[in-house]
Amino acid sequence: MITKRIIPCLDVKDGRVVKGVNFLGLADVSSPVKLAQFYSDNGADELVFYDITASAEGRALFTDILREVASHIFIPLTVGGGINTVDDFDRVLKCGADKVSVNSGAIRNPDLIYDAARRYGSQCVVLSVDAKRVDGRFRVFAKGGRENTGMDAIEWIRRGVESGAGEIVLNSIDTDGVKQGFDLEMLDAVCQVVDVPVIASGGAGCQEDFIKLFHALPKVDAGLAASIFHFGEVDIHDLKRTLRQNGIEVRMTQNKEN
Amino acid sequence: MIAIVDYGVGNLFSLESSFRCIGEKAVVTSDREVIRRADRVILPGVGAFEDAARKLRESGLDRVVIEEAESGKPLLGICLGMQMLFERSFEFGEHQGLGLINGSVKAIRDVIPTDLKIPHIGWNSLSFGKEKSPLFRYLNEGDYVYFVHSFYGADCDESVIATTEYGATLTAAVSNKNVYGTQFHPEKSGEVGLAILRAFCEM
Repeated sequence: MITKRIIPCLDVKDGRVVKGVNFLGLADVSSPVKLAQFYSDNGADELVFYDITASAEGRALFTDILREVASHIFIPLTVGGGINTVDDFDRVLKCGADKVSVNSGAIRNPDLIYDAARRYGSQCVVLSVDAKRVDGRFRVFAKGGRENTGMDAIEWIRRGVESGAGEIVLNSIDTDGVKQGFDLEMLDAVCQVVDVPVIASGGAGCQEDFIKLFHALPKVDAGLAASIFHFGEVDIHDLKRTLRQNGIEVRMTQNKEN
Repeated sequence: MIAIVDYGVGNLFSLESSFRCIGEKAVVTSDREVIRRADRVILPGVGAFEDAARKLRESGLDRVVIEEAESGKPLLGICLGMQMLFERSFEFGEHQGLGLINGSVKAIRDVIPTDLKIPHIGWNSLSFGKEKSPLFRYLNEGDYVYFVHSFYGADCDESVIATTEYGATLTAAVSNKNVYGTQFHPEKSGEVGLAILRAFCEM
């Protein structure tokens, strides 16, 4: 049976993981390589690295880090942030990324999805969408969720898949940071219109939120979160054990920490 | 030394790194002499069968891979590289493969329920059947590996050494004497994947 995936997301700025991480026993808590290794050893099914650097120097540091991570960690790596052209795809794929996530870059230039999918295959192209309710409709927000594009999120995602996106990351701005659970209503609306994997993001606060997600929406393939994993509020190994006890198929690994 | 055949498809960074990680020297190469000198050969591949088969043929490396395999050298095809080992593929038309494994490559869509997503992407578990291949000597029944594919190896019963379940029983790995193929990506399957590569290096 194919398993549900649990995916930690790491924001990287100027070569360091930001948003603060709080692992016991990790001397250098902001080292992306050590964190990636930690997550890989503790059952993460995939890692997402998000480059939130604005400068060219920062970008070069990011690709150095990516190369370093990909030299030591052998699980799928998705990279996002600052992906605006097919050349950007090329840059991160050469450093060991398996999938590339586009967001604002695809809003500015919708052909990016089609062009990248044709060159690298749909399995490589992840469409990441920040969406929020405005007057009862789901709207796409750009620039890290700061700018309302006015676009209908469901329609945008449907078109993105038509153009060749092989996976959707749906981040609900409404539930993000609230820690009261994933946005099941919004996720359900997306699952109704696409037949590619959907990754839920935004809102997880505890293990039960993942159980609710996969029980309520069997078509959701993965749950993504950042701070609850970084701060050790949810241990991925424990989470997977709980999911399995609740009849949800997950990949079990040996916990190296024990 | 392990030769990773570079015929212009796919990203070989992780594959090369994974061998380094288990202490084996691997070289990404399109040089036929290097491939001939190698102790083992890896045939990688992602993308469409027709395009990859054409590139392999145009590079002339198809002959080298076949000759080295027939000389008894351990060969491992990965993902599309595994599919290329077959006699033919029905991915968008009919295309000829290397013919090192009997059978054809067919669409998953035709054998699984329509509510399941294509491609089959993610971590899925392996079953080995009655006898475990030396390629999986360090693995346990049910271990998880990472798949990304829309086509699968069919009509190859005598060569199947592992299967996985995705609405149907799909070929996960094949072998014919010294020729091996995995549909999944060992270089993306964590410790389990590295253990497979280690076993391959011991052949």
